Amino acid sequence: MNNKTLIVTGLVIFLIIVLFPFWYMRGKAAPMPEPVLTPKAKAAKACVRSTDYMRAEHMQLLDIWRDEVVRRSKRVYVNPQGKEFNMSLSNTCLDCHSNKTEFCDRCHNYASVRPYCWSCHIDNPKEKS
Amino acid sequence: MDSSRRRILQLLGVSALALTTRPVFNAFAKEAQAAGAEAAFKAGEKALQAKQWAMVIDTRKFHSEAELEPLVEACHKIHNVPKLQNKNHEIKWIWGTHYHNAFPNKAARFLAESVEHRPFLVLCNHCENPPCVRVCPTQATWKRDTDGIVFMDFHRCIGCRFCMAACPFGARSFNYRDPRPFIKETNKKFPTRMKGVVEKCNFCAERLAVGQLPACVEASDGALAFGDLYDPESEVRKLIKTNYTIRRKQTLGTEPSVYYIV
Repeated sequence: MNNKTLIVTGLVIFLIIVLFPFWYMRGKAAPMPEPVLTPKAKAAKACVRSTDYMRAEHMQLLDIWRDEVVRRSKRVYVNPQGKEFNMSLSNTCLDCHSNKTEFCDRCHNYASVRPYCWSCHIDNPKEKS
Repeated sequence: MDSSRRRILQLLGVSALALTTRPVFNAFAKEAQAAGAEAAFKAGEKALQAKQWAMVIDTRKFHSEAELEPLVEACHKIHNVPKLQNKNHEIKWIWGTHYHNAFPNKAARFLAESVEHRPFLVLCNHCENPPCVRVCPTQATWKRDTDGIVFMDFHRCIGCRFCMAACPFGARSFNYRDPRPFIKETNKKFPTRMKGVVEKCNFCAERLAVGQLPACVEASDGALAFGDLYDPESEVRKLIKTNYTIRRKQTLGTEPSVYYIV
């Protein structure tokens, strides 16, 4: 350990640089977005599945829906409560959640995910039809 | 000294393993739970069933291209088919053409005038032996074994256009441009396509699923018939039995499901 001071200073500088983003942004984390429910979604009370399930698994659910509808021509979803739904992103999901910018986009932007559903699927079936 | 270091490393390794197993177990347990959730899928109750959907077009009932227009319009409107001016970029699901284009191997040099000037409605033939399906590298297009429709999964299409080269009927179109700006009136119930995918007539599978006949058949005022080719009592079979019908490029062996009464 001949260059003790040099090594230690170097380590300290390295740590400061590496940890800079953490202490610089401390306490300033972007607030978690609150998706807004439309009156219709609020009135319905329950989604296709429980809120927790939807929050965590909606992408897997949509993926399964897509495969069932497109590849196996099954268009009706029966949830564990026995309620039936037409498996359609534009016509079922967005029928209640007709506020894509306040519902879908908020979390997607926060999580920096860019689903390309909307390059084909129409994002708001209710807007001036 | 040496052995104690080894001991410490062993301990560290084991404890690290112990700490990481729980979350991994939890993750697997959750996945198994999600897969086992008792949601079910089924076809709609009103869905129309068939072994092989087929269409019979009574071409005697059409006299000019203008008479085909409402049928084409009905289809293109509900399926969000864009109208592009550039012929090379055109998207067509169903359209009118001349006899010698529709039936090149049946066109004689001299033809009955009524046939020569009659418009022929052409669309995807939903062949029983579809060449487009054989060439698709991603299985984005396939023949549904439930009802014989040659279907497309736009999610899977990579836009290689092999199917367009394989289809002897020119029934497929490629989206060279983003189609959205060229759709006059968007049907909010049906998706559009995006740039880089192939599209074609789907025999209105989305309408059959809710018990409706294809849009062109509905708009045709009886000139088009639709039904199950393998049901001897179906409307199409009755028409085929009582009329002389031809199919497009039958010699190629693709077995088209669209029949023409001439």
